[in-house]
Amino acid sequence: MSTQGWLQILVYCAVLLALTPPVGRYLHRVFASPEAPLGRLGAVTERALLRACGVSPAEQTWRQYAGALLTFSAVSVLYTYLLQRVQVQLPLNPAGLGNVEPSSAFNTAASFVTNTNWQGYSGESTMGYLVQMAALGWNNFTSAAVGLAVAVALARGLTRPAPAGDAPATLGNFWVDLLRGIFFVLLPACVVYALALVSQGVLQNLDAYVELTTLEGAQQVLAMGPVASQEAIKMLGTNGGGFFNANSAHPFENPNGVTNFLQMLSIFVMPAGLTYAYGLMAGNTRHGWAILASMGLLFLLGVGVSYAAEAQASPAFAGLAVAEDGGNMEGKEVRFGIANSALFATVTTDASCGAVNSMHDSFSALGGLVPMVNIQLGEVIFGGVGAGLMGMLIMVLLSVFLAGLMVGRTPEYLGKKIEPRDIKLVTLYILIFPLVILAFTGWAAVAEYGVSSLNNAGPHGLSELLYAYSSAAGNNGSAFAGLSANTLFYNVTLGVAVLAGRFWLIIPALAVAGTMARKKTVPPSPGTFPTDGALFTVLLTGVVVIVGALTFFPALALGPLVEHFLGAAGKVF
Amino acid sequence: MLRTLLTSLRVTGLTVLLTGLLYPSAVTALAQVLFADKANGSLVKDDRGRVVGSALIGQAFTHAGYFWSRPSAAGAGYDALASGGSNLGPTSKRLRERVTADAARISAQHAGATHIPVDLVSASGSGLDPHISVAAARYQLVRVAAARSVEPARVSTLVDSMVEGRDLGLLGEPRVNVLRLNLALDTQFGAVH
Repeated sequence: MSTQGWLQILVYCAVLLALTPPVGRYLHRVFASPEAPLGRLGAVTERALLRACGVSPAEQTWRQYAGALLTFSAVSVLYTYLLQRVQVQLPLNPAGLGNVEPSSAFNTAASFVTNTNWQGYSGESTMGYLVQMAALGWNNFTSAAVGLAVAVALARGLTRPAPAGDAPATLGNFWVDLLRGIFFVLLPACVVYALALVSQGVLQNLDAYVELTTLEGAQQVLAMGPVASQEAIKMLGTNGGGFFNANSAHPFENPNGVTNFLQMLSIFVMPAGLTYAYGLMAGNTRHGWAILASMGLLFLLGVGVSYAAEAQASPAFAGLAVAEDGGNMEGKEVRFGIANSALFATVTTDASCGAVNSMHDSFSALGGLVPMVNIQLGEVIFGGVGAGLMGMLIMVLLSVFLAGLMVGRTPEYLGKKIEPRDIKLVTLYILIFPLVILAFTGWAAVAEYGVSSLNNAGPHGLSELLYAYSSAAGNNGSAFAGLSANTLFYNVTLGVAVLAGRFWLIIPALAVAGTMARKKTVPPSPGTFPTDGALFTVLLTGVVVIVGALTFFPALALGPLVEHFLGAAGKVF
Repeated sequence: MLRTLLTSLRVTGLTVLLTGLLYPSAVTALAQVLFADKANGSLVKDDRGRVVGSALIGQAFTHAGYFWSRPSAAGAGYDALASGGSNLGPTSKRLRERVTADAARISAQHAGATHIPVDLVSASGSGLDPHISVAAARYQLVRVAAARSVEPARVSTLVDSMVEGRDLGLLGEPRVNVLRLNLALDTQFGAVH
């Protein structure tokens, strides 16, 4: 570890903190008001968009909201699948890439619609420019906006006063939230961001691949494409699906320290801003900060462990005539080095982004443990755009409930009583996630068609499987990429895992929002657990860690932990 | 239900048009006007004006008179249509065997040198890393100078002048672009072929 490395990490944290309130205030303005932001221009734009789509902006109950969300997502999956299947007939395919095979097309469609962006395929040799832009890039916008919509709907349910009389409790309008997220938040930011990336060397063209002869006379073909426009939304929408196979490790996606910094910043900026926006909605910005503090604690812990682990020489290199002071550089880029690779790996797995600037599969055992645990904690450390706040608010409800049990009175959150039905839904939310991960990992680990895809033997092989299903169910999308996942078995099971990890969590969350929205608000009493102080932050952090750790510790012990000790003893597989 | 489906289709159509087609096209047009060189791959030409590579994409070098790049797991090595890393883990036997062989080969050609800088025997994440560390460049300079029959001090001066610092003085790591360095070698000391 170096001072320069820590300095870069500190600067990153400082810039992120400075951006949190302004971004939060803007998000609050966009979603908490009946009127569109940006004055007359905004109002006219929104009216035109709604009219073009035939949407009436009426308030929806949680069932109507969830119904619209699910229908839209189903249409998205179908559209994305079809476009890949007819790629040969489409324009803007200068490399002449063929139609995508059905199971791979299903996997990719499910994966991009759910904001996962797990990639079983290799971009430069599979997807033509039109599919990249009009299917994958488009999903990057819509899936992030769907995440935002769910988060604000849940936030409304928790913070709104109960409706008067017999009026139904509502959570807002899905279509309005979706379109506002895309056109008032993501799209304008991406235009500026994409151009900034191009100015640093990220590609942006529709040209044929460039064939050239290298200095030593070898032939090299450079893949081209509209990369920057996709890169911008890939990061800002915490999608993470790379234009190229190597993702943000590819120099055409992430050419230098500046782009790398911007990419890491754009992963966290929306989830961080949302905590502040939520604080404003709850009428207590300190509550937003208390949630952010809990995320920040877990984040810093992850960065510290990952950086320390990667700064050590790899056991595979022990005893050779190789300098030990360079750390573990297998799978890492020289321009990023150890500090920025460890930081990026932590950021991308805390948020459910899944872009990578180094190969997690080649991380040390403990360095690779960090991203895996980050995902398994439920993608709540910042988390994906919207989905992260959703997960964290579920953890908040559980924390407040536990605090209520400790003092023996009915817990209330923001003045609303937490009752058995709410906690049943919260429990359902918490149980589905590990069920999907562990069941599929267990299946893959005992099946011949599962283990035949492994790239590494021994405990690292189990880590590859565990990571894959954690990443899928957590809607992260990063990988221990040695696993050859473009097979029928993996395409289908991982596709099912991403769908379950997205919609089986969104539905209980919206249901919680629906019941909470109905409840009357009671004034705080001396027995009310304060949710804006250090005690709350500690309790929340503890709940997140304990729920995750108890669930996954046995599996982690057999994977990365065993590997760490065996590696230290000089064993290779 | 039918109404929701119809709305979904219309929202899909409109957003595909605006974010899937118009947005990338507009960014492409602006990028081509504002940053044409960067947007098209930062291509590098030699003294005769021939495109010999991209400043951002690494190439394999085997000649003793050129600085070598890192090992590459992209296809057969620096295949820009197959970017990616080795994905071999810290307890991988295959990784250990690869590094053992590479370290022995490299040590044999750098008699008297100390331990090999780790990046020179580690495959990058992209398989297309255009850079090596400053230490990896210094490690090779005696060999390069000998192969070109020039004073090591002159090659050393050239290496120093080619070191790229941290971006904005803060971000990333110091590094040397291998293709640019080798082009500069050819310019200053003549081609090796």
